[in-house]
Amino acid sequence: MTSSPRLSLSVPEPAFRPGDTPDYSGVTFPEAGSVQRPPVDVNPEEIRDLAFTIIRVLDRNGEAVGPWAEALSPDELRKGLRDMLTLRAYDARMLMAQRQGKTSFYMQHLGEEAVSCAFQRALRPGDMNFPTYRQAGLLIAGGYPLVKMMCQVYSNDGDSARGRQLPVFYSSREHGFFSISGNLATQYVQAVGWSMASAITGDSKIAVGWIGEGATAENDFHAALVFASTYKAPVVLNVVNNQWAISTFQGIARGGSGTFAARGLGFGIPTLRVDGNDYLAVLAVAKWATERARLNLGPTLVEYVTYRAGGHSTSDDPSAYRPKEESNAWPLGDPVLRLKAHLIAVGEWSEERHTQAEAEVMDTVIAAQREAEEIGTLHTGRKPSPRDMFEDVYATMPPHLLRQRHEAGY
Amino acid sequence: MNGDGTAAPRLRLTYRDAVREAIRDALTRDERVFLMGEDVGRYGGCYAVSKGLLAEFGEDRIRDTPLSESAFVGAGIGAALNGMRPIVEVMTVNFSLLALDQIVNNAATIPHMSGGQFAVPLVIRMATGSGRQLAAQHSHSLEGWYAHIPGLKILAPATLEDARGMLWTAIEDPNPVLIFENVQLYDMEGELPADAGPVDITRAAIRREGKHASVVTFGGSVPKAVAAAETLAGEGVDVEVVDLRSLRPLDDATIMASVAKTHRVLVVDEGWRSGGLSAEVSARINEQVFYELDAPVARLAGVEVPIPYPKHLEDASVPQADTIAAALREMVGRR
Ligand SMILES: Cc1ncc(C[n+]2csc(CCOP(=O)(O)OP(=O)(O)O)c2C)c(N)n1
Repeated sequence: MTSSPRLSLSVPEPAFRPGDTPDYSGVTFPEAGSVQRPPVDVNPEEIRDLAFTIIRVLDRNGEAVGPWAEALSPDELRKGLRDMLTLRAYDARMLMAQRQGKTSFYMQHLGEEAVSCAFQRALRPGDMNFPTYRQAGLLIAGGYPLVKMMCQVYSNDGDSARGRQLPVFYSSREHGFFSISGNLATQYVQAVGWSMASAITGDSKIAVGWIGEGATAENDFHAALVFASTYKAPVVLNVVNNQWAISTFQGIARGGSGTFAARGLGFGIPTLRVDGNDYLAVLAVAKWATERARLNLGPTLVEYVTYRAGGHSTSDDPSAYRPKEESNAWPLGDPVLRLKAHLIAVGEWSEERHTQAEAEVMDTVIAAQREAEEIGTLHTGRKPSPRDMFEDVYATMPPHLLRQRHEAGY
Repeated sequence: MNGDGTAAPRLRLTYRDAVREAIRDALTRDERVFLMGEDVGRYGGCYAVSKGLLAEFGEDRIRDTPLSESAFVGAGIGAALNGMRPIVEVMTVNFSLLALDQIVNNAATIPHMSGGQFAVPLVIRMATGSGRQLAAQHSHSLEGWYAHIPGLKILAPATLEDARGMLWTAIEDPNPVLIFENVQLYDMEGELPADAGPVDITRAAIRREGKHASVVTFGGSVPKAVAAAETLAGEGVDVEVVDLRSLRPLDDATIMASVAKTHRVLVVDEGWRSGGLSAEVSARINEQVFYELDAPVARLAGVEVPIPYPKHLEDASVPQADTIAAALREMVGRR
């Protein structure tokens, strides 16, 4: 009889904890331009390696290199930069507004701006995103008015959802931005279902599901992959790996699979892993994946490798679980600075123009804020009435609810 | 009392501290006990209940899990089946819905359907209720819904003493027990004797004696009902407040004794009205002590909408001290 060892569990640990000096010098990333670009109708079996590498376009000198580098016009590049600057300025103002008590809660995108801002450029009117709370770049790059976003954050009388959602849980059908679920991951299966309906009705629109790497542990993530794989639904399934799920580092959700992208392999879903701080790489990958969906080639899973440079939300203090310097040490750099460097490298931008653009963007955001605050903030000005909360529970208000509204004095 | 007959010193603490003390006590008493859930380690839990426990007890006892309610509740069931005494923390009752199948179809039925072979000595703690401006999907009160399920025990600690004392009794119970911590109570401050310990989990409690009317309620509505009773005391109306404590099973005897004494009763529930716990309590009163009543049983419950975000809407959607007071005035005929 052989003796069995005493059983034990393993608990993954992040590389660095508070007090450590984050050092990524041992971590090597593939060089920009070094990863193949397969045709969109590739057999997923042939690109299994793409789940373990990182597609990058912008190199250290700001040049766009390799097969994923696409010819973008200078205006398109500048639009990308401006969208990211706008999102960053918007975040900064709303974060400050939260500190001033104008709202109770806010969630920022710092460091992750490229993911949603670039992805939006691959979408067409009528496509539908099923986002999480960290993709406001889809709205900003899609031209949704900043004032309306702010009214939502302030829950004032200009909020189209009448105070029924947490701040930053925007919704705009017109802008292809489904509502946001407080319960994580539910949107992922809904995105698949929406895209299935598109296929069933013979439409040409596609859906995009978004999820954080932490929430991929939820059952809905895996079930969504099953459905997308079984029906070859016209959907792009995005995983934004910003390294942290509140205080939980990505290794806890990832376990032994190497990468989140690799989750797609077992489902036979073509899978890409991309530098999420590289606007050009994100856009190229977004175009590849959306084209597959549009050509009826089925789903694509994409992992965006990025870093949540700010707190999870205004209720979070990251210093309890990660070193303060980790964000600066993070090796993929800052998405805004990287696109800026590229624009300068191709002779279409300068430090002066950048400074000027930053100031213009901030003026625009501040002007929108002033307009929103004229309507009100969380505790001042015009607010939704309690009467409103009885609406939209049902398409037609049933008698019991009408009675409850009257009893409440409205 | 201490061994020498002197009273134990009293400690000032919050409800949150009391829950933490209860977890610490359980971890110390029994090495089969461990806490698991999302962000319970370094982060200290989303309501800061487990802050400091990781440093004290280590990762084997304070376990951060992947973000999957059905998996960590199901894993808790598995561990309980195999002799451990898990305390599973779910961030809010809203997220427990992702684990509903594990709780309702499994934890609640396993002892019965295995012919008594397998027990599920599992405790699931979760936050419940509104009042923190977190919108519907973080603010619902669904404990009354869980109280519908045979096989589960449902507790709603509303005082520091219960926050400190219910957990250990629940862990010792062979059945799965769900403990609902109302988010409005976490910051509530008060005093407890330093040697406060386990409490009974079967009886309702009278939080304030009175003779003109009874309020039967639980959880976050208890302090509101007591405040309403104080207001009415100033108007010459003496209101008794019954805290259910255990929502399943219900302690009928204490409820009925109070109604038999005051002859008027208002049932207050932060959860929704139709089919809610307030309906069950009021039906039992009508069944058991109808002839003691001088007025119809009255109910005050949450209006049947998803809880909105801003405070003024949130306040308007669930019972408050002033609406409880108004309902009591109406019942005793003083408007
Ligand atoms: C079902 C459910 N469980 C838990 C939570 C609480 N929660 C909100 S965000 C979050 C972390 C999510 O991390 P990740 O998916 O990585 O996204 P990120 O915040 O990093 O963008 C948690 C645990 C929730 N909202 N829903």
